[in-house]
Amino acid sequence: MADKDYAYYPGCSLEGTGSAYDASIRLVMQALGVEVKEPHDWSCCGSTPAHAVDHLLAGALAARNLVLVQKMGLKGVSAPCPSCFSALKTAHYRMAKSKAFKDEVNELLDVPYEGTVDVRSTLQFIYENIGVEEVARPVKLALPNMKVAPYYGCILNRPPEIAQFDDPENPVSMDNLISAVGVEVVDYAFKMECCGAAFGVPRKDMVNKLTHKVLSMAIEAGANCIAVACPLCQQNLDLRQAQVNAAMGSSFNIPVLYFSQIMGLTYGFTPKELGIDKGVVDPGNLIETGPIVPKEVEKPKKTKAAAKEAS
Amino acid sequence: MKVGVFICHCGNNIAGTVDVARVAEETRKIPGVAYAINYMYTCSEPGQDQIKDAIKKYDLDRIVVAACSPRMHELTFRRTVEKAGLNRYYFEMANIREHCSWIGEDRELNTNKAMEAVRAAVAKVMQDKPLYSSSFAVNKRVLVIGGGVAGMQAALDCADGGHEVVLVEKSPSVGGMMARLDKTFPTIDCSICILGPKMVDVAQHDLIKLYAYSEVEEVKGYVGNYQIKIRKKATYVDWTKCTGCGECMEKCPSKDAYDSFNFGVAPTKAINIPFPQAIPKKAKIDPTYCRQFTKGKCGVCAKICPTKAINYEMEDEIVTEEVGAIVVASGYGLLDIEKMGEYGGGRYPDVITAIQYERLLNASGPTSGHIVRPSDHEEPKTVVFVSCCGSRDKSIGVPYCSNFCCMYIAKQAILTKDHMPDSQSYVFYMDIRSPGKGYDEFTRRAQEEYGTKYIRGRVSRIFPKGKKMVVRGADTLLGTTVEIEADLVVLANAVTAAPGAPQLAEKLHISYDTNAFYVESHPKLRPVETNTSGVFLAGCAQGPKDIPASVGQGSAAAAKVLSMLSKDFLENDPAIAQVNQNACVGCLKCVKTCPFQAIVEEELRGGKVVAKVIQTVCAGCGVCTSTCPCGAIQLQHFTDNQLLAEVNALCLS
Repeated sequence: MADKDYAYYPGCSLEGTGSAYDASIRLVMQALGVEVKEPHDWSCCGSTPAHAVDHLLAGALAARNLVLVQKMGLKGVSAPCPSCFSALKTAHYRMAKSKAFKDEVNELLDVPYEGTVDVRSTLQFIYENIGVEEVARPVKLALPNMKVAPYYGCILNRPPEIAQFDDPENPVSMDNLISAVGVEVVDYAFKMECCGAAFGVPRKDMVNKLTHKVLSMAIEAGANCIAVACPLCQQNLDLRQAQVNAAMGSSFNIPVLYFSQIMGLTYGFTPKELGIDKGVVDPGNLIETGPIVPKEVEKPKKTKAAAKEAS
Repeated sequence: MKVGVFICHCGNNIAGTVDVARVAEETRKIPGVAYAINYMYTCSEPGQDQIKDAIKKYDLDRIVVAACSPRMHELTFRRTVEKAGLNRYYFEMANIREHCSWIGEDRELNTNKAMEAVRAAVAKVMQDKPLYSSSFAVNKRVLVIGGGVAGMQAALDCADGGHEVVLVEKSPSVGGMMARLDKTFPTIDCSICILGPKMVDVAQHDLIKLYAYSEVEEVKGYVGNYQIKIRKKATYVDWTKCTGCGECMEKCPSKDAYDSFNFGVAPTKAINIPFPQAIPKKAKIDPTYCRQFTKGKCGVCAKICPTKAINYEMEDEIVTEEVGAIVVASGYGLLDIEKMGEYGGGRYPDVITAIQYERLLNASGPTSGHIVRPSDHEEPKTVVFVSCCGSRDKSIGVPYCSNFCCMYIAKQAILTKDHMPDSQSYVFYMDIRSPGKGYDEFTRRAQEEYGTKYIRGRVSRIFPKGKKMVVRGADTLLGTTVEIEADLVVLANAVTAAPGAPQLAEKLHISYDTNAFYVESHPKLRPVETNTSGVFLAGCAQGPKDIPASVGQGSAAAAKVLSMLSKDFLENDPAIAQVNQNACVGCLKCVKTCPFQAIVEEELRGGKVVAKVIQTVCAGCGVCTSTCPCGAIQLQHFTDNQLLAEVNALCLS
């Protein structure tokens, strides 16, 4: 089992629109007995607004935070927001690949970055460093009404040479985590279709179409709930659902929860504690918990085979 | 000692960046050099005559040519000096082209380097000793590895030339990939109808000995005298008794065995004959599925077999064959489509490979030639073909073009329309590569006569929507994205090297490239030879190629074998290791390090133990020379003294 002693870099979204994501992760970590270590004085990760303008400065912004983790003496850092993850890991990757870039970035920093920090998304941290077996342990309750379509978005595992996590075309980590806490998962094809990302502001028309595709595919697959691991995905799929309905003539009413909120529910935390009330689409009775019903062993198959054998 | 030095211009190849006249002038000052001259093309006939004339006129006894790589013309010039009466090993080449003029642009530095190369070569040639080849008898039998169309062609040509052929085929029947195809492009003639007669010829030829379901285990020996160990894998059926009646296959209760002949399109029985035209037409048990092996009881086939051929106790058998030449025609593999996650290969039953589709089209296939979707066995009305599935994609490790997919896709689109006139086919393509005779006309026919819609662009994602598969891609000619709702998607997955290709190459001491295809001796001029003499290549083992090219290469390899076997004796290269028995202390380290098992222990009169080199086996690699603690074993023509003379000349300059 990999090292669990990682720093936790929340990033700006988790203090604002994604505060429910932050709250639920902290509770899940508490239940799993993993200490959340937030680097003191962390700053902007250098994501889109920065790297769209200047790669060097974006790299320096990210590396400054990596230096903080380096100072804490930890092996790595996990970031719940995929944009933060991508910004931190891309800076790490570029500095490892090019000495010239590393020197330029370090020139801008007070303390140089040594290139030793392992950057992961918090999803990856929970999946790989903690593992599905451990994740199943604190489960107290079942969510019998819920059928979840996990939605990964674009950058949790892409580009593959940088992200180095899960299958870049058909990821399964979130599926496996949600299954591990006993909640039903549906498979569908649009796990990582574009949600429109930050284009919700300048190109609402386009984002409406993209979001519509993702939502309809999940519903067609039989899901009544979508799980996400990104504050921006959550916003596009949840907050804009009414907007999508108006523009596309649909009538979606599907709640969009963070995977950590679903885990938290099974661990016995209340919806309020997990910030579920902060979502726009009301999850209604989907979040009603019940006692755990032991899973049926694959009996019918065995009896069929046995019958065949006997005949 | 009188050394003659000839400095070649090679047109402008050398003279362009080396002052050849100055090199000649400086060379004349080297002690021992009696004659030096620069010339336009030393390898030309007048160039060679000049060498011969100079040998006579100036009484030269050693020759150096400063020109290209010895790989190009060393043999040419060795023959020249031999014709003029010198031993062919009184000759050295200084490579002032590949090692000098082609790689540097500074004329001054290049000229200096050329002079140093010449000085080293002069020092070496003055140390050279005359060497003489000895000859050895040649075994005139031939081993052909692989019973696909290329291997069968090579086997038949060699056998028709009067030589005994040992044909080793890994699978239970000869025929290879071609036996699985329905029709062939661009003539749409039935594949098995044209291949069948060749398969029968192989089976019936008096001079061909077929080992089906067998693999080459070990290769020992050298050109003209190979000893081959062949593993006959256990079939659990005595093939001397099996009549191929098929009763066992009909009655076998284990119905879920993987059918490798049909690429898993449908399951087969645990005991099976791969296809009706199989050669040999014999049954074989797959122990991973057979109940006798998995559960320890069943025995249905043993009870039913009219000739009592079933033997559950059978084990692999190793046989040894002796041959003089080897043709490697071990074929190709196909890229695992699960590597293409965006296409959903392996996850969606209605996304299949082109070879699987070929089996659906084939009258002797599992659906008797009816095209049906694997998911619900309904006839697909819209079929989408995706070309370059993996091919030309560095990111998944296939940087090359798979050569024949464009053509078979056009063929499959045409056949789809023939089978189902109300169907519509689409082809996503990067480029249509159809350079063969009649090929471009054929792809045009698929579009113009059969109404296949060709969309230029890559597919980004394939996903299910109800019963349909949606293929989303770019149409780069219209500059837009397109989505096509297909009933069936066919992926033209990339051609790869055959599984196990590197391991076979290592047994044969031949080289393979980064993609594990075998490397020919020269890409243009020696396309079927390898760098190991006596081993020849044919078919897709050397690189993806279509049927006509494979057959052509099979015949070409056979022609090379026949010309080699037309001699009763071959001459060995005398540049091999030799033991100085007086200096050898008998530690026998060389015996252990020799990669060719060419060194043995010898006891002299008086009981002294020394190493002994088997002349015909030694490949002249020199590993033993660097192992020997007392310099007793020396590689002839590359002795310590000869190499040190070169080093000294370089250090003094």
